[in-house]
Amino acid sequence: MATAIDEGMTPRLELRDISKAYPGVVANDAITLSVAPGEIHAILGENGAGKSTLMKIIYGATSPDRGEIRYDGRVLGHHSPAQARALGIEMVYQHFSLFETATVAENIALCLPGRMDLPALSARIAETAARYGLSVEPGRLVADLSMGERQQVEILRCLMRDPRLLILDEPTSVLAPQAVEQLFTVLRRIAAGGCSIIYISHKLDEVRALCQRATVLRGGRVTGSTDPRTASAHDLAVMMIGSDLPVTDHPPASLTPAPLLSVQGLSGRPFGAQGRALDGIALDLFGGEIVGIAGVSGNGQSELAACLSGEAAAPAGRMALLGQDMTGLRADQRRRRGLAYVPEERLGRGAVPGHTLTQNTLLTGYTAGLVRHGLARYAQARARAAAIISRFSVKAEGPQALASSLSGGNLQKFILGRELALDPKVLIVAQPTWGVDVGAAAFIRQRIIDQSRRGAAVLVFSEELEELIEICDRIHVLSEGRLSPSIPRGEATKSRLGSYMTGVGRMH
Amino acid sequence: MDLATAIFVGTIAAATPMLLAALGELVVEKSGVLNLGLEGMMLIGAAVAFWLAISGWGLPLAFVGGALAGMLASGLFALLALVFLANQYATGLALAIFGTGLSAMIGMGFGSQPVATLKPLAIPLLGDIPLLGPLLFRFDIVVYLTLAMVPAVWWWLTRSKSGLILRTIGESPENAHAIGYPVRRIRLAAILFGGAMAGLGGAYLSVAYVGIWVENMTAGRGWIALSLVVFAAWRPWRALAGAVLFGGFTILQLHGQILGLPLPSEALSALPYLATIVALVLISQKRRRGMEVPASLARPFRPGA
Repeated sequence: MATAIDEGMTPRLELRDISKAYPGVVANDAITLSVAPGEIHAILGENGAGKSTLMKIIYGATSPDRGEIRYDGRVLGHHSPAQARALGIEMVYQHFSLFETATVAENIALCLPGRMDLPALSARIAETAARYGLSVEPGRLVADLSMGERQQVEILRCLMRDPRLLILDEPTSVLAPQAVEQLFTVLRRIAAGGCSIIYISHKLDEVRALCQRATVLRGGRVTGSTDPRTASAHDLAVMMIGSDLPVTDHPPASLTPAPLLSVQGLSGRPFGAQGRALDGIALDLFGGEIVGIAGVSGNGQSELAACLSGEAAAPAGRMALLGQDMTGLRADQRRRRGLAYVPEERLGRGAVPGHTLTQNTLLTGYTAGLVRHGLARYAQARARAAAIISRFSVKAEGPQALASSLSGGNLQKFILGRELALDPKVLIVAQPTWGVDVGAAAFIRQRIIDQSRRGAAVLVFSEELEELIEICDRIHVLSEGRLSPSIPRGEATKSRLGSYMTGVGRMH
Repeated sequence: MDLATAIFVGTIAAATPMLLAALGELVVEKSGVLNLGLEGMMLIGAAVAFWLAISGWGLPLAFVGGALAGMLASGLFALLALVFLANQYATGLALAIFGTGLSAMIGMGFGSQPVATLKPLAIPLLGDIPLLGPLLFRFDIVVYLTLAMVPAVWWWLTRSKSGLILRTIGESPENAHAIGYPVRRIRLAAILFGGAMAGLGGAYLSVAYVGIWVENMTAGRGWIALSLVVFAAWRPWRALAGAVLFGGFTILQLHGQILGLPLPSEALSALPYLATIVALVLISQKRRRGMEVPASLARPFRPGA
């Protein structure tokens, strides 16, 4: 596409020497960058690299300790979200700020000044949506929209205010591959109209496909500024994580003769308004292999995981664990027979936030003798927690640290470590590397592969197709409560999986 | 006036104080704040209004004073809950107890002195229609204003932009703050409105409905109004239905006592409370999505945290 960037133009946004420190951590250290009008500019970096802090500073939600922000050449003195909006700076958050109990039009009205005239506004919404190729229906309740649709509403909400600088925070984390393509088309159209876009991401391929400029952050500093279209993936990765992307070791699988986990005709009720009923799920999981469940959340993932773990009862269908029926068994009974489960939510489900790591070890460690005659054996639990901390290099103050004091990635390592320490025969993991940085993610994936190669059957739920393609021996897609046939490792490509996710592939 | 008319008219009048308090609390809760102190605010409003009435300030000023007193009491709650981020449950309960005590203190000198209660409006022509006239057009002005508040609150919450903003703040104050709405100021306004409505409800009870001072005269109406809001699923029309039901049973059990039903009077007195709760529980079994509890109810909000 033709770029409307002229190096001589006054930059839309210019940051000079921006620094921001929080107690104990320097989030931004002397960051300098410049975004031209109509430019799509990537801020590339891992979790904790300082991207979010930088965006908050640009949006006026927090003020820098040092440095200067220039907008259209003028220095911004006191900055606030209200002023940011007055200047035409709009932000699409990773976690949407839409109100579920209101309609699309009402949500948009909230962000526009003046009186509310819903019919007139709805007409304007439809018109703007058509101009940018968004499919947004003004009268629908946000609670009924899919994640992709909600994101479109968010973007539209910003567009209605004629933005001059649009900030998107990890916008593809909730989208199917096809929806990502659609998003990029919309973004290019917006940029072609002269609006600058800041695209925050940790995904190299997306940044290379979309952005004209990338500023890479690591540990709060700028480690490089480059044209991602011409820079190699290797160079970008080195800037982002300081080394090349880690690779996992994936030895060939040798399967058990019979499945360790077998599911037939499983159907279930949806969980809440966002849920999806399961529709005749059939699944066989053999020892020694990793099977992936791909698909965007809200298509039955939580329901399936809960039915398998025993948290929810399935209204119909049979499940067998190690050849024995487990349909009617409670979660603890399944765990005693060798099933382990790492849920998607770490705090509150995988771990009790206000409890120590020792106490959290006890939570599932009762199957390994940490509870005797109804009494907790704290000394053993403490030793076990300490062993998990060291074996999985969890950054924590020790077994006495509260679960809530750990970062998301470290807590995930701890929870996975806790489950692997039980040496499960069947391991179910949901979103194993969500919010985990690249190094820790590779470590977690390798541990999962190792457990399967020791003979365990592993089921991985993930929204990250790259992750499933990397570690799984075969992949099912769960879409609208139905499971696709499994696609073997060699044949699983993003576009093939994506076609099942959008329902196209279900025809054959 | 025949018996049926008397029961109907009595029902509406009995429902009015609770409906006022419930409508106010509904708005407060829609903004994400739970003020459990309704009973206390009603009693303070009742006592202050009664004092103004027996001191000869006139009934209009008595109502205004009652509303202002309720508002002042809710301002105390707002200070603790919004500024000091105190636990809303505990603060509300404290306000209920404080209001009960304060009203008893204010009322110590009232004795059994009666006040001239609010007279029904004399609506010419309409009031003289046979049957309908005495049924619909012989209430006092506060009853009509209260009934008008039901569609007004409903329209304001569901159709106006400021109502939408209020609901938004009750769902997610963080998001509303991020968009740029003054969460605490709007919540303060909602709390003060709720306080004024509760105070008005109390005032109606003392200077219009009863006419003499009785210590603790709300007799749990504030608590019923509170549960009314929940069981009405935060919908004004259902709150009206609940209030009328309560009012109806109040009047029926009075007539029952007069007629000498073979039941202990205590059991009959308990009937309105029991019937209202049972009916509301039954109604709230079937809930439509989107009208349930405001997601941030009773959760303190600290901007920028």
